[in-house]
Amino acid sequence: MPTVQSVLPTLAPLLPEIILSAGVMVLILYGAFRGEKSVEGVNVGALLLLLLAFFVVISQAPGVKVTTLSGSFIQDGFSKVMKSLVLLGSAATILLSRDYFQRERIDRFEFPILVVLCTIGMMVMVSANDLIALYLGLELQSLAAYVIASFHRDDLKSTEAGLKYFVLGALSSGMLLYGSSLIYGFTGTVSFPGIVSALNETNAGFGIVLGIVFVAAAVAFKMSAVPFHMWTPDVYEGAPTPVTAFFASAPKMAAVAMTVRVFIGALPDVTAIWQQIIVFISIASMALGSFAAIGQRSIKRLMAYSSIGNIGYALIGLAAGTEAGIFGVVIYMIIYLAMTLGAFAIILSLRRRNEMFDTIEDLSGLSRTHPWVAFLLAMIMFSLAGIPPLAGFFGKFYVFAAAIEAKLFTLAVIGVVTSVVGAYYYLRVVKIMYFDEPKAPYEAMAPGLRIVLALSSVVVILFFVLPAPLRGAAEAAARSLF
Amino acid sequence: MTAAAAFFYLFAGVAIASGFMVIASRNPVASVLFLILAFVNAAGLFVLMGAEFLAMILVVVYVGAVAVLFLFVVMMLDVDFAELRQGFQQYLPVGALIGVIFLIEILLVVGSWTIDPGLVQTPLGNPASAENLTNTAALGRVLYTEYVYFFQLAGLILLVAMIGAIVLTLRDRPGVKRQNIAVQNARTQGMAVENRKVPSRQGVEV
Repeated sequence: MPTVQSVLPTLAPLLPEIILSAGVMVLILYGAFRGEKSVEGVNVGALLLLLLAFFVVISQAPGVKVTTLSGSFIQDGFSKVMKSLVLLGSAATILLSRDYFQRERIDRFEFPILVVLCTIGMMVMVSANDLIALYLGLELQSLAAYVIASFHRDDLKSTEAGLKYFVLGALSSGMLLYGSSLIYGFTGTVSFPGIVSALNETNAGFGIVLGIVFVAAAVAFKMSAVPFHMWTPDVYEGAPTPVTAFFASAPKMAAVAMTVRVFIGALPDVTAIWQQIIVFISIASMALGSFAAIGQRSIKRLMAYSSIGNIGYALIGLAAGTEAGIFGVVIYMIIYLAMTLGAFAIILSLRRRNEMFDTIEDLSGLSRTHPWVAFLLAMIMFSLAGIPPLAGFFGKFYVFAAAIEAKLFTLAVIGVVTSVVGAYYYLRVVKIMYFDEPKAPYEAMAPGLRIVLALSSVVVILFFVLPAPLRGAAEAAARSLF
Repeated sequence: MTAAAAFFYLFAGVAIASGFMVIASRNPVASVLFLILAFVNAAGLFVLMGAEFLAMILVVVYVGAVAVLFLFVVMMLDVDFAELRQGFQQYLPVGALIGVIFLIEILLVVGSWTIDPGLVQTPLGNPASAENLTNTAALGRVLYTEYVYFFQLAGLILLVAMIGAIVLTLRDRPGVKRQNIAVQNARTQGMAVENRKVPSRQGVEV
C-alpha cells in the first residue's frame, strides 16, 4: 500500500488568480439567480475584483522569484509588471463597455464575467513556467475572447468576427501544440528550466528548430504579428468597439509576455535559431503596420494596423535578446497600453443619439466642437507617431537603443523609417480634427470613458516629467529574467 | 514477426485507411462511422503500448460521446455535402500544390535529420511499470497532486465553454407555453369557472 502524501503546494504566489477565480464564481451565481437585474452589480463586482487583484499583484515583494505547483507557475518581477498591465487593461475594458452595451441593448451580465475569466487565462500565460501551463492559459484566454468577439450576436459583423477568430485561433493552437510536442520530444521535458538545461547551441538539431518555428508561428498569431496578422483588421472591425479596445490592450500584453517567457525563459541559449525569426516578424509587422494603415477609413481598422505595427516595434527589443531589450519591450508595452486605451475611450465617445461613428472623417473639426477631446486625441496620435516629449517617443527610443547596442543596425534603421511612414497617418488624423469643417457635436462622454481617458492621458503626456516609477518597474521586470 | 507487431500493423493500417475514408466517403453518415472505426483502432494502438486507461477513455469519450453526437448532428441537420464539396473542387489545384510543396519541405528537413543521442532524453518513464501500478492508479496519483494546477485550469476552460455556449445561443422565446406550478396551484374555482345566463335561442360569445 503506497503511503499517501498530502502536502499542499505553496499557494501564496497564486493569490491574485485565486481571488479572481473564486470571485468570478460568486458573480456567476449572483448573475444567474438575479437575471437581467444583476448587470450593474456584476459589472461593479468584476471591476472591484480586478482592482483588488491589481493591488495584490503590486504589493507582492519585489525581486523575489518563486516557483510553485511542481514548478509550472513562476512569480517574479516580470510577471508582476505584466500582470498589473493585464489587470489594468481588463479593468479599463469594463469601464469602457458600460455605456456602449447599455445603448446597444446587449447589456448582459456575462460580459464582465467572460472578461474576468479571460484575465485569469492571461495571468496564467504571464506566469507560465512550462509548456502545458502556457497552453492552458492561452486556451482559457482565447476561448473567452472568441465568445466576446461575437457578443453582439444579432449583428452579422460581430458573429463573423467571432467565427473568424475562432477558426484561425484553433489553427494557431494546433501549431503551438505541435511545436511543443516536438520540443518535448527532443528535450524530454516540458518545463522551461528543464529545456534550458537540455539545450545548447551545439545539440539543437532540426527537430528543435522545427518545434521553435511552430511555436513562434503560434505566438505571432496571438500577438497579431505579420505574417499571422490577417485576422486582426476584420476581428477588430467586426467586434463591438469595447471588445476591440480589450483585444488591443490586455491580451496583447499577455501575448507579448508569453513570447518573452518562451524565448528568453526557455530558449536563451539557442538565440541564433530564433533571433532571425523574430527579426523577420518585427520588420514585416512594422512595414505592414505603417503602409497598410494609410488607406484605411475606419478608425477601428486603423487601430488594428497600428497595433500590428506597434507589436513590430516591441519585438525589436526581444530580437536584441538582452536585458536592455526586454526593458525596452516592457516600457513599450506600458506606454502602448496607455495610448490604446485613451484612443479607444475617444472612439467610443463619438456618438450622437443612438448612432456610433467610426470613420476618420467623423473626426473632422472635432477641435471646434470638443476642444479638449481633440487635444487629447492629438496628443495620443503624436505619441503613437513617436514625437518627443510624449511617451511614445521614449517607448521607441528604448527599443531602438537596445537594438543598436545588440548590433542590429538594419532593424533599428527600418524601425525609424517605418515610424516616419506611420507618422503620416497619425498626423492625418490630427489634421482632420483641426483643419477640416466641423460636423454636428457629439454627446458628452460617459463617466467611465472620462476616467480611462484621463488616466491614460496622464501617462502619455506626463511620462517625460516623472519616468522613474515606470522605468523602475520595467527595469525590475527585465532584471528578473536574466 | 511477433503478434504485437502484427497487431500494430493491423491497427495502424486500418486507422489510416479509415481516416482517409472519413474525408473521401460521399455519405456523411458513413464518414462518421469511419471516424468511429479510426478511434477504435487508435484505442487498439494504445493497448499495445500498455496505456490501457487511455484506450478505454478514448472509446468511452470519443466513440461513446463525441462520435455519437456527430452522428446525431449529421442526421438531424440536413447538410448538403455535395454543395460544400463544390468549393473543394475549385481550390483543389492550389491546395494540392501547397500541400505537395510543404510535404517536400518536411521530407527534406526530416531527411537531413541527425539526432544527437544525448538530446533525446528518456522522459520520466512509465511509473506504472516501475511499481507494478496500473495505469489508472498511476494517473490518479499525479492528477490531483502534481498536476492539480492543470486540472483546475482545465475546469475553468470548460466553464468558459459552457458560459460561451449559453451566451451565444440561449434566447428568450416569447409565446412559449411553460408550466408554472405556482400559478396552477393558486387557481381557484372562481378563476376557472364562470356562470353566465344563456338567453334562449341566442347563445353567448365564448
